[in-house]
Amino acid sequence: MLNMIRTRLWIVLIVGVGVAVGVAPSCAEAQAKPKKVAAVDASDEKEADSAAQSRTSFTTGSSDVIIDFVNQQIRQGWVDNEIEPSEVASDEEWIRRVYLDILGHIPPSADVTAFVEDRDDAKRSKLIDKLLDDPDYVRNWTTIWSNLLIGRQPPRRVSQAGMQKFLREAFAKNRPWNEIVFDITSAEGHFERNGAVNYLLAQMTMADEGVQATAKTTKLFLGMQVQCTQCHDHPFNDWKQARFWEFNSFFRQMRRIDHRKFDEKSGRQVDDYSELVRADFEGPVFYEKRSGLMVAASPAFFDIKVDDSLDTDRRAALARFMVEGEKPLIAQAFVNRTWGQFMGYGFTRPVDDMGPHNSPSHPEVLDRLSEEFVKSGYDIKQLVRWICNSEPYNLTSQFNSKNESDDPSAGEIPLFSHMYPKALQAEQLYDSLIVATQAHKSGSAGWEQAESQRQRWMQQFVIAFGTDEGDEATIFNGTIPQALMMMNGELTQNAINTAPGSYLHSVLSQKGSDNQKVKELYLASLGRAPTSREFSTAGKLIKVNRDKVIAYQDLFWALLNSNEFMTNH
Amino acid sequence: MSLIIPKGMSRRHFLNHVATGVATFPALQFLSHLQANAQQVKKNQKACILMWMGGGPPTIDIWDLKPGSKNGGEFKPISTAGDLQISEHMPETAKVMNELSVVRSMSTREADHGRGRYFMHTSYVPNPTVVHPTFGSIASYELGEQRKDLEIPAFVSVGGPSESSGFLGMTNAPFVVSSNGQIQNASMGGVTEQRLNQRLTMLAEIESSFIKSKRGETPLSHKEVYSKAVNLMTSPQMEAFKVDQEKPEVKEAYGDNSFGQGLLLARRLVETGVPFVEVNMGGWDLHSGVFNALRTNQLPQLDRGIAALTNDLKQRGLLEHTVLVWMGEFARTPRINQDVGRDHWANSWSVMVGGGGLKGGQAIGETDADGTSVVGKSYVPGDIWSTVAHALGIPLDKVYTSKNGRPMKITNGGTAIAELIG
Repeated sequence: MLNMIRTRLWIVLIVGVGVAVGVAPSCAEAQAKPKKVAAVDASDEKEADSAAQSRTSFTTGSSDVIIDFVNQQIRQGWVDNEIEPSEVASDEEWIRRVYLDILGHIPPSADVTAFVEDRDDAKRSKLIDKLLDDPDYVRNWTTIWSNLLIGRQPPRRVSQAGMQKFLREAFAKNRPWNEIVFDITSAEGHFERNGAVNYLLAQMTMADEGVQATAKTTKLFLGMQVQCTQCHDHPFNDWKQARFWEFNSFFRQMRRIDHRKFDEKSGRQVDDYSELVRADFEGPVFYEKRSGLMVAASPAFFDIKVDDSLDTDRRAALARFMVEGEKPLIAQAFVNRTWGQFMGYGFTRPVDDMGPHNSPSHPEVLDRLSEEFVKSGYDIKQLVRWICNSEPYNLTSQFNSKNESDDPSAGEIPLFSHMYPKALQAEQLYDSLIVATQAHKSGSAGWEQAESQRQRWMQQFVIAFGTDEGDEATIFNGTIPQALMMMNGELTQNAINTAPGSYLHSVLSQKGSDNQKVKELYLASLGRAPTSREFSTAGKLIKVNRDKVIAYQDLFWALLNSNEFMTNH
Repeated sequence: MSLIIPKGMSRRHFLNHVATGVATFPALQFLSHLQANAQQVKKNQKACILMWMGGGPPTIDIWDLKPGSKNGGEFKPISTAGDLQISEHMPETAKVMNELSVVRSMSTREADHGRGRYFMHTSYVPNPTVVHPTFGSIASYELGEQRKDLEIPAFVSVGGPSESSGFLGMTNAPFVVSSNGQIQNASMGGVTEQRLNQRLTMLAEIESSFIKSKRGETPLSHKEVYSKAVNLMTSPQMEAFKVDQEKPEVKEAYGDNSFGQGLLLARRLVETGVPFVEVNMGGWDLHSGVFNALRTNQLPQLDRGIAALTNDLKQRGLLEHTVLVWMGEFARTPRINQDVGRDHWANSWSVMVGGGGLKGGQAIGETDADGTSVVGKSYVPGDIWSTVAHALGIPLDKVYTSKNGRPMKITNGGTAIAELIG
């Protein structure tokens, strides 16, 4: 029954896409109501209710009315859609996930073992707190936000080191998100002394009158995609072309200065630092309507007008508007993105295209989390705690027979009745290989050095589109080049190296049976023990190879190349 | 995330083979079998080469000049071997315009890079709940699967990422390579086939238990991609990527730049039986200094590349089987801005199409005297891709159906352009 209803909605949806404007409201309707539309058999209802109620006792050990609210709302979605949630994830499955999501790498095998053996009922919530205090949390979030703000391969004369230093300090101190947004939006100065300026410098690669800065700032921080409104009114939401240019006029007092210096070695002028300074700009900006008519727009944040004289610091004014109030857009945009980062899907798809044309799957959860996030003083770690301690985050990624329809990869609205598997990001893979092979223990490389090694490795996967947006794609996306890299690349070669001092060498030199060693390799890579069938296959592999080292190498190669290793599930 | 269950991988089967068999060691020796069975590919297979102009090319300065208009810019039109005029900075291409046609009445609305790129590649505007396949993935799905002898990917994107294969799944995703054809990590680095086989057998064991644990389709597509990757790295058809083997005068003819070499690579791939190759040329986002950039850099490369490819394909008897398409995500404003640049413009612009048995030498549709709007009938990407599908023999009425019953026309209901299919 429900499937039929859904099918009908999809047909409406696709027709809506076909004719773009006319039927668009149906899209919003279809999105907004994942809930049951027709009456169902009373016994079904009862069954679904009892299933959900039998699970009301779930807790990670934390006690928080906000988490209770989230759980209750998500559960209501299961009841309304007549599905049943998957089981709670095993400790092995969950610890791997929470390490990857918070720290950006898999857990060391010793941590897995200790966690599984821990009998504390509150061990999950305690682990979340512990991970949030780990230096790798700072590193991981710095990577994520640096990629979002300036890309993996930033344009020339943008300082990735400067950007990352700013972010590192911000996440290490757990600075409130609104302060971070304010600093980035209003920043001026030297690109290393004030790393926040790099975000805007990266949007200023072409003389585009601040168009890119306007589009990206609204998208990234406010969760609104308004790029198309530079040329015409938005077909779906209420953004008008005029508003784009009113916003744009906040970004007209920017000027970059790319300093050069004399290099004695080469006897030439070379790049020195860059800086972002305030340019004299006053009055309105002008834009062209589709009719060819030129129109003026003065700075205004939605309907709040700003004095357009030379005295106004326009970006500071914009930054204040963005971060003020009880329910600023920056809060819901950040909550939606962060939920998506942990759960695999946000409340809207994509996470940065919010608005009346694209209603969220769980408006109550989004609203409440946004409200509480503001009340908490934009406490990022607290938001992570709410998400990671929630029931949906703690479920297994395995479907059961009663929730197969909950499959957002097939275009369905996410109901969060099981975890959605996420492909490892390139940085996560790199760092996970280091943990799996314990290279982090022997390596004496400092933070900067480790970071630059990783960045060099990353470059092979980045392809820039070469446009004013500085947008880029990665071929680390589950396609053949990635498979070739994992099969034959240097990183894997190093990981399965057996020279003295290597990880495999240390495992093979340990006392103990083959089974114990096989288990160690499974724990190190997949964070779980082998099944009996896997023990037996590995045993066979060891038996047929005259040289045991070869067998272990090939086993470890297979583990690192497996779908299970490459997935955060 | 394929909504469609991919067809069996026919000859590209050995990982499945290993997975279904009892894991036994030592090796199954399948690799040598594969190589022994590799056959010469037939020459008259249909193909398409998409020349992708990333950033948005100013078509008003290339294919649809407006002499005498305030928007006309610095260039003059010249006559060609076809029944139309093009830019004076395209003299070599002018000589082969009898083979190529220009659709001058594109009107595509999307003037943002990401949205335009998606629309022009897929025929659909972006939609939150579904990822549409780029046309290259459709060609891979429709034609690649039939070519049992093809051991390299059926959709290769040279020097740029193209767009996603969407619901057609990772097995139809673009295989992205650089224009020098070098494929990183393709060498097994001294590992014998027997050891590779041993590794893959162990891998299949681990993978199949994860696939069986019901975690959606991602784990399965991982396995399929690995199968394709092994196929590729053990195939003699890898030769197709070795642009270096071409004679110096051939390389010279295409131009010593990444676009020219990319086109040469595309020709080699098409000869080997690859049905869809996309070759990227960037540097078009010309918000300032447009005429200087076109004159000194962009157009000389473009002109030489298109002319060399057309001539080369013609000489080899491949042109009538190979469709050429030239487009970007949009074009650039007729109005010249204060920085002597042109900004994003999707309202009225040109796409070039030729080869593949399509009728050349024509200008189809027109824009007004200032180039700011289309006069008469306008076209959208679905019409271009319908024309290409027609030439490739892909039925236009084909509708994909997702597993939840959602229908999807391959070119979003577009129509093949009558003047081109003749």
